[in-house]
Amino acid sequence: METVMLLALMFDAVLGLGLLWLAWRLLACADLFKAIVLFVAFGLLMALAWVRLDAPDVALAEAAIGAGLTGALLLSSLARLHSDDPDEITAEKTAQPHKKVVLKSQSPQWLPIAALLLVASGLSYTILSLPPHAPGLSAEVAAQLETSGVSNPVTAVLLNFRGYDTLLEMVVLLIALLGVWSLSSITLHSEMAPVSIVLDTFSRLLTPVLILVAAYLLWVGGHAPGGAFQAGSVLAAVGVLLLLFGWRLPANLQSWPLRLMLIAGPGAFVILAVITLLSEGQLLKYPPLQAGTLILIIEAVATLSIGTTLVALFSGGRPLEEKRHP
Amino acid sequence: MNAAFLYALVGVGLLALGLYALIVYAHLLRKILAINIMGSGVFLVLVALARRTGEAVPDVVPHAMVITGIVVAISATALALALMLKLAAVASEVELPAAQDKDRRNEC
Repeated sequence: METVMLLALMFDAVLGLGLLWLAWRLLACADLFKAIVLFVAFGLLMALAWVRLDAPDVALAEAAIGAGLTGALLLSSLARLHSDDPDEITAEKTAQPHKKVVLKSQSPQWLPIAALLLVASGLSYTILSLPPHAPGLSAEVAAQLETSGVSNPVTAVLLNFRGYDTLLEMVVLLIALLGVWSLSSITLHSEMAPVSIVLDTFSRLLTPVLILVAAYLLWVGGHAPGGAFQAGSVLAAVGVLLLLFGWRLPANLQSWPLRLMLIAGPGAFVILAVITLLSEGQLLKYPPLQAGTLILIIEAVATLSIGTTLVALFSGGRPLEEKRHP
Repeated sequence: MNAAFLYALVGVGLLALGLYALIVYAHLLRKILAINIMGSGVFLVLVALARRTGEAVPDVVPHAMVITGIVVAISATALALALMLKLAAVASEVELPAAQDKDRRNEC
């Protein structure tokens, strides 16, 4: 037993050092493309750390959103940054899609290093002086779990006990999208860019499987790790894959059907909040008998909205309708 | 020292590393990466300290908060990237005016 404990602690130490090392490498790396790839690897190691800390729900969210979608977002922005670069010659661009950009980096600056060492040691001291055993709110959550309508405590906290967190989070996603849309617009015209056979086959195989995975994650979230955010991000992965494949949203769906989809999640949440406020006298306090059904409905709508919003964030601008010849 | 405190200290380290990179590097994409690393550090501290329940199930309230945080982080990242691209299009540069840049190559 002692040896197992020691091995586990050694694994944790190696993982922790690996995380710190990767973070350092990716921040100090001169090539931004390489830095982003290292960032994705960092996200996957973080997912492993979440599993070690008994937080499988967080691990799923980190792997799908933190590593996957953020990585895709960063890479597409890097590509756009390079394609907008006026100094670059077109021929060079086509020859080297991932042209190395040597960035100016600076020699160690001792003032910030000293200040940050002070901050880090202060924080470490605070953490180490915390009591080694603290149950937190786990007893309260366990006591109220029966009335929450679900048996996965994380889903119970996210959608029932602290439902307003999730409501505001949906609003944050929407506001971020509004910000992106007000900054730039894109023309979504369906063009079948010559794609490689690998991407073609891959997306054909993966799209139905991923949609099924998203539905499963949504359903299983009630009693096991999973839920609306994980399902929504898997759905977003489908959208990103299809965008890379050259698929575009049909023009007749680009105006109000898309917007309806984006506000459905926050909208349904707000309507439910108002109804519960009027009937139960408290914001998002579900009647225990209907709680399970209500949570599933909200999660299903939220999944669609989260997925759509993330894909819209990835595509990077407000879709403009194509100008038709008169 | 148990695993919870180990991971919490790693979280502090990540926060400090990210903050250093945020201060020192001029390129905006690198600053966005640095903010993401700082966020990961904070999440790690939160979830690691929630593990201080011994053999029992960890406290799930911080877990839910971190899941919320991850989604907020990607929203903020997307908005920051859009702002960066807009700046690149308008001002045709993606670096904040840094003090004294030295052309020192940093190999990965």
